[in-house]
Amino acid sequence: MTAVVHAEAFPGERPVTDAVVREHKLNELEYTAIERLLGRTPTLTELGIFSALWSEHCSYKHTKPVLRRFPTEGPQVVQGPGENAGVLRLPDGWAVAFKIESHNHPSAVEPYQGAATGVGGILRDVFTMGARPVAVLNSLRLGPLDDPRNRYLFAGIVKGVGDYGNCMGVPTLGGEVSFSSCYSGNPLVNAMAVGILRETDLATARAHGVGNVLLTVGASTGRDGIHGASFASEDLTAESEKRRPQVQVGDPFTEKLLLEASLELITSGQIVAIQDMGAAGLTSSSAEMAARGGVGVELDTSLVPTREPGMTPYEIMLSESQERMLVVAEPHQVERIQAICRKWELDATPVGRVTDDGIFRVIHDGRTVAAIPGAELVDGCPMYAPPAEESPKARQRRSLVPVKAAPDLHLVLEQLLDAPTIASKRWVFEQYDSTVRAGSAILPGGDAGVLRVPGTRFGVAMTVDCNARHVLLDPYEGGKGAVAEAARNIACTGARPLGITDCLNFGNPQVPAIFHQFVEACRGIAEACIAFDTPVTGGNVSLYNQNPDGAIDPTPTIGMVGLIDNITLAVPSHFRHEGDAILLLGTPKGHLGGSAYWAEVLDCVGGPPPPVDLAAERGLQETLIAAAASGLLMSAHDLSEGGLAVALGECCIGGPWATTTFGCDVELGQHADQLTDEQWLFGEEGARAVVSCSPQHVAELQRLAASHAIPCHYLGLVAAPDGEMRVRRRERVYAWPVRRLRKLHLDAIPRRMAADTTVIAGS
Amino acid sequence: MSARVAVVRFPGSNCEDETLAAVERAGAAGVLLDYRATSLDGADAVLLPGGFSYGDYLRSGAIARFAPVMDAVRAHADAGGVVIGICNGFQIACEAGLLPGALLRNAQQRFTSRPVDVRIERADTVCTTRFTVGDVIRIPVAHGEGRYVADADTLDRLEGDGLVVMRYVQEDGADAPHNPNGSARDIAGICNAAGNVVGFMPHPERLADAVLGSDAGHRIFTSLVDRLGAAVSA
Repeated sequence: MTAVVHAEAFPGERPVTDAVVREHKLNELEYTAIERLLGRTPTLTELGIFSALWSEHCSYKHTKPVLRRFPTEGPQVVQGPGENAGVLRLPDGWAVAFKIESHNHPSAVEPYQGAATGVGGILRDVFTMGARPVAVLNSLRLGPLDDPRNRYLFAGIVKGVGDYGNCMGVPTLGGEVSFSSCYSGNPLVNAMAVGILRETDLATARAHGVGNVLLTVGASTGRDGIHGASFASEDLTAESEKRRPQVQVGDPFTEKLLLEASLELITSGQIVAIQDMGAAGLTSSSAEMAARGGVGVELDTSLVPTREPGMTPYEIMLSESQERMLVVAEPHQVERIQAICRKWELDATPVGRVTDDGIFRVIHDGRTVAAIPGAELVDGCPMYAPPAEESPKARQRRSLVPVKAAPDLHLVLEQLLDAPTIASKRWVFEQYDSTVRAGSAILPGGDAGVLRVPGTRFGVAMTVDCNARHVLLDPYEGGKGAVAEAARNIACTGARPLGITDCLNFGNPQVPAIFHQFVEACRGIAEACIAFDTPVTGGNVSLYNQNPDGAIDPTPTIGMVGLIDNITLAVPSHFRHEGDAILLLGTPKGHLGGSAYWAEVLDCVGGPPPPVDLAAERGLQETLIAAAASGLLMSAHDLSEGGLAVALGECCIGGPWATTTFGCDVELGQHADQLTDEQWLFGEEGARAVVSCSPQHVAELQRLAASHAIPCHYLGLVAAPDGEMRVRRRERVYAWPVRRLRKLHLDAIPRRMAADTTVIAGS
Repeated sequence: MSARVAVVRFPGSNCEDETLAAVERAGAAGVLLDYRATSLDGADAVLLPGGFSYGDYLRSGAIARFAPVMDAVRAHADAGGVVIGICNGFQIACEAGLLPGALLRNAQQRFTSRPVDVRIERADTVCTTRFTVGDVIRIPVAHGEGRYVADADTLDRLEGDGLVVMRYVQEDGADAPHNPNGSARDIAGICNAAGNVVGFMPHPERLADAVLGSDAGHRIFTSLVDRLGAAVSA
């Protein structure tokens, strides 16, 4: 073999043996490819660099061909996948940048820091585009709260998410929390950030200009988080606890300064490119920026400011210390950049340069310790097309039916509202600042958060959604359903869905049954996105979410943003006036397969989940958007887990901090006569929403719905504050005191969390 | 000539933009003042905004009190000038000795973000003249360290001298605890004996624009501008 470019071992580093290669999670095929690429044995530093960039987390080696099927284009797309965040066009020269990312593995072993740095990382992804972060959302999934370990993880994760976003001054505008035994020991922490920018301020992460300077900005580099990207690319085991020192430690105060400095650098026009140092730190940021620009880079790790002496180039290249950015600039701008950073009390240090030979080169004290062809380093990882086949067990699940007898339906609704997945998340939202920046028009606790774009009349609606049980039972329908639910939530506020970011959380892709879930869920997501004109602008894949007890339910979390033209017409979720008419938009079909009713009350996770009718979903969205724009709606709430009964209950119960609840009086008799009461109340087919409006607007709303081919059933009236939720069907009357429902709904999580006082790391 | 109100930005402040906007909506000229400034740049009043100055790493406000600008703020207060601290600004004012007492970690040991109902207890301070004593407004709090404490004598003196400006109260139907942090005597905000320095935990600047559904906090800023206007023209 002839070396392509020479590099030598850093003094004292271990020789690269078979054992060392295995330790770096590179298989034989991959290692052979590395040797062929280099024409020699890699140095340890090079091996570390390859192990990071060729990890599943960075290379998408099992998933890229599937992800290529997502629709990514549309007139609203300013920036699709491939940059740090997607960007969609808003009116008047404004744009919205947004992205979702997982921090599952770190949060499983160190919940507070794992979750906090997940928020920090996603915020950097957004402000590195030149956007000011204006909101965060998150999707959290945990094991049941009767297990103290899950309570510990839940409390730590929520505090970590809150402390970081709160200190940064970015409101949390929405999110979801759900609980299932499949997440015990393998919690999911998916954080989404949303930023606003002038389209002309869009920054890129494309290095160019031979001789330009690379600078690190922000925190110095420590030994934390080394090999985080590789850790995120393996199963969780009993050994994972040893990974705890690999979890990064967050400093939101420094990040706040970094945010201000980065935005000032971008708008000053003094820089060529900027990228945050996320997974695989300096390695991925520099290699990816160089590859995008088709140039080489040379980094001198001895120039990188470190937190402790004696750090090796290997450690410096692979550290995932937080709150760092890599900037490319022309040499004559360096002093100006340093002056801007000093204003924000941050260091900006030249650590390398752009070269013309396409080589990714690392030198340390004058010695070349890594020299790798740059394009192949980023794009040369062998790709895999693993077999995908549904397991017999999965097929069987679809034909399961409950064996347990149905209890009294009064009790069913109470049990559902008390189920932590459906219960009020007030305990969670209270720990997140939701009003800082004074732009929040609709707060967490409804269908979607809505935020005003400062200085304008329009707003951005945002949500994260996934019904993982539906995906488990039928990945294709479940994938479609996740996008449809997100779009319903956006449309309920009156906003038009614009695009999505996805966080695809699955188990080990080398298991055919798991990969089948992945392929099918993605097929469903792609179809729904095409039907709704909501392109995929980027996202994140998190695989190996499994522990010795098995894999998580497939959880493709959909983060969606939408546009509402007039913020003052944004529609809340809950009933607002006694005497308003209550209507059901969409067709009741009584679909109980995969329902929360079966799962939470009858202990049966089974049956086929409801098939998703994309045309009906689109018609419902258009109806909701048009009705809101005409000012017809007093409230709108989508039907999802728990069906009509839970949705009506939530409309009566009111928002997390409401001082008034409302009763309702609803008659189900006239429609869908063939359905049983339990089907009517708890069926979970999509494309439906409960809305309320002033009685004089009923006819107009019905005409509007008909013009979109959406049935609009008159159900009844909003009743007196603090009254009963009454549902009549033929001769039967179901009645629940709403104050009692509200108490159940609000207390479900605090009651379970009060079982212990958990000691949480961090302040 | 409209009054000038300086809003100080410390490293880690994060409410300065909306505080400036609220001041300007009320009719004053807002000026963003860097924490390294050594004068108030001719401002008639100083607002210390919310946020996490210096990361709140030692204790909220404990480092910010040493910021260079605080000498000028203190001199302004000593001379009878108006100083208002909101949330982190209230914490800084207490740490700097401009107001008595301290703000400690919330009793429930968790950050708390939610609307609270506060009753206006004084309608003659520099930022409450557009209220009537007994008015209850619903505005947000968002803090981890908002539990007001002072020794019993100080609390008695605050009550006796009528220096409590805002108090958390229970509205009918509210099912969250009315006192969000365990503050002594439900105190949400206080003023000094001279009445020119006021601090409180809730965030009126976050609900000062009717576009967001309520402008319950707007009157705090119009009261301030009234007061400054009277002083400027006098």
